[in-house]
Amino acid sequence: MFLHLFVISRSGGLIYNKNLSSSAPRLTVNEWLVLGSTFHGLHSIAAQVAPLASSGIEKLECDNLKLQCFQSRTGVKFVLTAEPGTPDLDNVLHGIYELYADYVLKNPFYEMDMPIRCDLFQQGVERLIERNSRELKKARSDA
Amino acid sequence: MTESKRNAGSGGGGIRMLNILDRPLATKGRGVGGSEVSLSAFSFLFSEMVQYYQNRVLSIADLERKLEEAGYGVGHRVLELLAFREKQYRREIKLIGVLQFVSSTVWKALFNKVADSLERSTENEDEYMIHEREPITNVFVSAPADISQLNCAAYIAGIISGVLNGASYPAGVTAHHVAIGDGQREKTVFLIKFRQDVLRREAALSG
Repeated sequence: MFLHLFVISRSGGLIYNKNLSSSAPRLTVNEWLVLGSTFHGLHSIAAQVAPLASSGIEKLECDNLKLQCFQSRTGVKFVLTAEPGTPDLDNVLHGIYELYADYVLKNPFYEMDMPIRCDLFQQGVERLIERNSRELKKARSDA
Repeated sequence: MTESKRNAGSGGGGIRMLNILDRPLATKGRGVGGSEVSLSAFSFLFSEMVQYYQNRVLSIADLERKLEEAGYGVGHRVLELLAFREKQYRREIKLIGVLQFVSSTVWKALFNKVADSLERSTENEDEYMIHEREPITNVFVSAPADISQLNCAAYIAGIISGVLNGASYPAGVTAHHVAIGDGQREKTVFLIKFRQDVLRREAALSG
């Protein structure tokens, strides 16, 4: 089950957030912003304190949460959280990245580093999550 | 610009890249040699064009006019090129013929499909409509709520107008959003309004 989606700009601002399931904790606007920029900070600390060249946090696994981050070439971070045991966050993150590249970057009305308000991106994300949730459920009931 | 959609080929896979100007003009269709430009390349360029105009106009109507003007020149060239490629050296003298040329030949050349439908307006004799579910100019565009009436397909409307004017069927063409319900995306209708003398000529020819 997917929980939350954050998209963080290269300067650390939250540019898109979405609750992906009804069981995910509801966050206020402020909490979203704080969590988004806190993760950005942790991410860059992790990259700097690593003994070898590092691209920062990619995965976090806890008892009751799984978090995965995908950073694009330009430094935009896509962060997805899910219940533990959810496989394949990679695929979903790449799908969201693709939607971002298509429906946000090719939209003449989007300004870089500003919050994303693109209907088509929103619809695309909803469809992607719905499809993946359905597959997850099916895989679980088959098992 | 739209024309380059056909010419710039992928050319990858070990095939020698050919400069766009070195390709034979008569090549058409897909595949190696004469081919299409990627939708992304077009979309980025088009997006920049819209942004460029957006900073230089005061109203949405002006922006649409600018896009139409940009398409107009493309329309002229497309007509010339297609007449050459399709070897249609004779002038089209039937109104319906020229409309079909636009909705099938031109559409196929530019978008690799035919238009979804071509209709005559029931209210006005001089008006025709071409319906298009998803014009390529709108594939990635979501306009903010305050300018939701803007339709970037105005660029395509300009192309149509360029083709028709070039073919001696002067007409004003505008692009409009039309809701189709059941939660689907709005489709686009290109409204073609011919000049009065075009209809008079048509009547004289058929009468």
